[in-house]
Amino acid sequence: MSTEVDQLEQLANQEYKYGFVSDIAADSVPKGLNEDVIRLISQKKNEPEFLLEWRLKAYRHWLTMKEPNWANIKYPPIDYQNIVYYSAPKKKNGPNSLDEIDPAILEMYNKLGIPLEEQQVLAGVAVDAVLDSVSVATTFKEKLSELGIIFMSFSEAVQHHPDLVRKYLGSVVPSTDNFFAALNSAVFSDGSFAYIPKGVRCPMELSTYFRINAANTGQFERTLIIADEGSYVSYLEGCTAPMRDENQLHAAVVELIALDNAQIKYATVQNWYPGDKNGKGGIYNFVTKRGLCAGIDSKISWTQVETGSAITWKYPSCVLKGDNSVGEFHSVAMTNNHQQADTGTKMIHIGKNTKSTIISKGISAGVSQNSYRGQVKVLKNATNARNFSQCDSLLIGDKCGAHTFPYIEVKNSTGKVEHEATTSKIGDDQIFYCNQRGISTEDAVSMIVNGFCKEVLAELPMEFAVEAQKLLGVSLEGSVG
Amino acid sequence: MSVNIKEKIWYLANFEVFEKKLNGGARTPLHQLRKAALQHVKKNGFPSIREEEWRFTNVSSIESTNFKPVDKKEQEEIDRNTLQEYLFEDLTPNRLVFVNGRFSSQLSSLSGLAKNIKFENLALELKNNPDVLLPYLAKQADYKKHAFIALNTAFLSEGTFIYIPNNIIVDAPLYILYISRDVGESFVTHPRNLYVVGSNTQVKIIENYVGFGEEKYFTNPVSEIILNENAIVDHYKIQQENKSAYHIAVTQVHQKKDSNYRSNSFSFGSVLARNDLNTVLDGEGAECTLNGLYMANGKQHVDNHTLIDHAKPHCNSHELYKGILDDRARAVFSGKIYVRPDAQKTDAIQSNQNMLLSDDAIVDTKPQLEIFADDVRCTHGGTVGQLDDEGVFYLRSRGISKQYARNIMVQAFAGQVTHKIKLEGLREKMEGLVFSRLRDGHLSDK
Amino acid sequence: MMLEIKNLHASVEGTEILKGIDLKVNAGEVHAIMGPNGSGKSTLAHVLAGREEYKVTKGSVIYEGKDLLKMTPEDRAREGVFLAFQYPVEIPGVNSAYFLRTALNAVRQYNGLDDISAFEFLKLAREKMKLIDMDESFLKRSVNEGFSGGEKKRNEILQMAFLEPKLAILDETDSGLDIDALKIVAHGVNRLRNKNNAVIAVTHYQRLLNYIVPDYVHVLYKGRIVKSGGKELALELEEQGYDSIKNDVEKKS
Repeated sequence: MSTEVDQLEQLANQEYKYGFVSDIAADSVPKGLNEDVIRLISQKKNEPEFLLEWRLKAYRHWLTMKEPNWANIKYPPIDYQNIVYYSAPKKKNGPNSLDEIDPAILEMYNKLGIPLEEQQVLAGVAVDAVLDSVSVATTFKEKLSELGIIFMSFSEAVQHHPDLVRKYLGSVVPSTDNFFAALNSAVFSDGSFAYIPKGVRCPMELSTYFRINAANTGQFERTLIIADEGSYVSYLEGCTAPMRDENQLHAAVVELIALDNAQIKYATVQNWYPGDKNGKGGIYNFVTKRGLCAGIDSKISWTQVETGSAITWKYPSCVLKGDNSVGEFHSVAMTNNHQQADTGTKMIHIGKNTKSTIISKGISAGVSQNSYRGQVKVLKNATNARNFSQCDSLLIGDKCGAHTFPYIEVKNSTGKVEHEATTSKIGDDQIFYCNQRGISTEDAVSMIVNGFCKEVLAELPMEFAVEAQKLLGVSLEGSVG
Repeated sequence: MSVNIKEKIWYLANFEVFEKKLNGGARTPLHQLRKAALQHVKKNGFPSIREEEWRFTNVSSIESTNFKPVDKKEQEEIDRNTLQEYLFEDLTPNRLVFVNGRFSSQLSSLSGLAKNIKFENLALELKNNPDVLLPYLAKQADYKKHAFIALNTAFLSEGTFIYIPNNIIVDAPLYILYISRDVGESFVTHPRNLYVVGSNTQVKIIENYVGFGEEKYFTNPVSEIILNENAIVDHYKIQQENKSAYHIAVTQVHQKKDSNYRSNSFSFGSVLARNDLNTVLDGEGAECTLNGLYMANGKQHVDNHTLIDHAKPHCNSHELYKGILDDRARAVFSGKIYVRPDAQKTDAIQSNQNMLLSDDAIVDTKPQLEIFADDVRCTHGGTVGQLDDEGVFYLRSRGISKQYARNIMVQAFAGQVTHKIKLEGLREKMEGLVFSRLRDGHLSDK
Repeated sequence: MMLEIKNLHASVEGTEILKGIDLKVNAGEVHAIMGPNGSGKSTLAHVLAGREEYKVTKGSVIYEGKDLLKMTPEDRAREGVFLAFQYPVEIPGVNSAYFLRTALNAVRQYNGLDDISAFEFLKLAREKMKLIDMDESFLKRSVNEGFSGGEKKRNEILQMAFLEPKLAILDETDSGLDIDALKIVAHGVNRLRNKNNAVIAVTHYQRLLNYIVPDYVHVLYKGRIVKSGGKELALELEEQGYDSIKNDVEKKS
């Protein structure tokens, strides 16, 4: 308890600590978006023809689409012609081993606390490091390949496993799915790819660490994870970006596919630069994440701790197609200062006896706005579908807002859908109550916030749970007093 | 209108009969109130399903049935054996009994109540001591807001008046039994109850509405309950009218500082039942607990509307309503929690849970929160589900028959409400009522 | 002497509520503070516990030879001042066991004792919960969350049993309690009493004092103690209400 509080105290005095810029020579395409830029990206990546066609189709569809405006967020119009869609650190010829990586990059990752040298990395975690538009390193690749596990950057996967990519790319999130997914499909530059073969239980956490470094650059990565029959994988992603005055766009797509009896756990600790205290700068985080429980008895669970970004717009979802499949969503979204978050999930019950659980914890401080938006849909043939949703909001101060928008649609009478919602506030009186029992103010705040989130934090792997707790402390800086 | 009006609308005709018998009573201010209430019903008619509050409950059949007032002075003797199980003599020696809306001194029993406690027929008190009750009467239940309050107010006469001064703990419950029995034609009664509970005083009140026979009748009770500072009231309302009867009831509660109102509402009978239960938490530290259980099968329709008005800070409310439905029965639950701008530190929990035992049963549940304060904790939830097959299977795997396993599961579901009955003897009675209704995991008629 | 309040004045948002309170409390004593609504009873309780919204403008409070008003709220608690709140606060997500253990260890550390182990804590919890007739499932529930008014008040006394304060201030712990719950709460308080600790019971009603019998009764009205006496004063107040006292005061002024 007391060590935890010490950490909180230290952290409470810190600013966003990942806000530095590294001087890394970049190879970028010119600003703006047109078919030539897409061809250029595809060419730089030496992509097969089908992928270029897929991108162009997405782009042409994107041109016909309108930016969505139903979310509870406000921002000035984004100028899509003022964004650099591809920026890669200059390199000799693609690092074949970690020794060949630019030392400046290694140093940057060290500074972020993500050492890429295998002897130093967190035990039991394999990392794919994505910097701006490309993957710069993937650790433990060989060790994993002994088990038949494919874990590499998306670009490499396109080269080495084009059939798998072709089969699954866009199978969960079609290129025409929504405005930001279509944009991503047209210009995505890199990301992570994982395939777990039949019956294999992946022995270590797979992890991608996303970093935006270059200015005026959007990050459009794409992650695709396929868990074949009877396999298991736990996957983590983390994100940071430098402090810059202008807003930067991050529009990612994540697709998960779980076949019969397979299980995927996907955890995110999102700490993009949130902008300064006055709301200047910060990342616009428009992300489409969706998992398909394609097989019987499959399971996909999303866990997210969202503390960063000026704007968060994401709804990690599960399509429960296989009979008896299970979808879970555990989320902590914390907003402070001028941050805005509109996040939640969709659970689509298609198969029989499908189950879903939604636990959402929203914490709002400062003048931020935090919305939960969730949909539970039970289709006609989904007999015995079960859903439990719990959405709790914690307000700190009286200038922030918490909003809950649950949508429930049940088309099968055997369905059982439960929804619970609470809104509460950390107030002076709670702090005083704890004080009166001998507990200091710092202990009281950390106790209340961690108590509020504990069901979600418990879903994270150990090291990341600690990291997430720290992040929550930092993000709360200056909001209680 | 093209409707063929053969005779006067029944309540207007009834009112003429009622008014004639009042003699001098017709000149009092109270009678002006009755007439105003009647005018209100006459002008506005009964609510239609186009009104949001009545969207799922159609009362047109009540309006179109020719309900007669009960005219006979003395009813024939009721079989004492039939009656016995409803007298609750094991629970309390204090009871008022009404038969078809008329007070029966013969069946009532009052013993051992302190002199300063009033527990009387309202009509009698209106005649003998109007000064005590008039300051409270019709102050909570506003006839302009509800057609059936208006209808009741127009015929305001018999019912129960309870008045308990400050600083008293009333040990034995006060029991009120409203019996309806066949008289060969459809009739209507309008019981009116007024309970005034003093500061720092505690009392338990049981209202039981029982129907003998099979004929159609209509019970239209209105209760007003006033809790002064630190008053504690346990209020039990049991509705077991016959299966042809209509029961439309309104309970309006007003709570002052630190008072605690605990309601337990059981709705078992009637072809169409509607309960409106509204409480205003109008003083800091006031608390209310509303528990409800409804069971319906055949073509029964049961509608519970509750409104908890958090008007002051630091008030708590807890609400749990559970329903068990079978055959083609339909249930409506509408629970509103209203938190006014001043009502900071409100803590409100509301839950409505329904169990469907057939494919044709319907539930419309509408838990609502309207919050105008910013420092509150409000939780609400609604569930509609079926008997848990896994639970049944588990019991069967331990050797329990399927039918019995289903009964156990249904009873366990109801048990979460019946367990909250603090009065032990009454809890057993209610558990017995639930159990006697179960056949092979379905609801049956006795 | 355990507690000596001298000429205590306090105000909330610029309005003076306490206008010169004098009160002496010795170890082993029970003092009841009664008075009509708005007389300043709860303010006095909160000032003693250190609530910041209440500004002390004049006077002193010496507790166990130390200046109580100079201490932070948590240090007062660690020194053995316990306030049973009139409106105990809910803390969602923080389970009661964790909360109690954190509080208990904070107090123990302050007094130079080792933290209590999880095992010892559970043993202690079982013992204390029996005292107040509480079910063990209580420990797993979030602090005061979803508790009925009566449960919240009982939880306050449970915390008191854990922290074993020297000076317990019960702020309207009886309001809203039915007779059964009142007896349980009073029984718990009585079991915790000994010659080394003291109780200040703030109440609006006399009934609590049937069960927690006071040595002294003080009547607070308009921010001053206008009458003090033995336990018979409480009975007198119940019979006559506060009006006669109000009238006496109005006449004098």
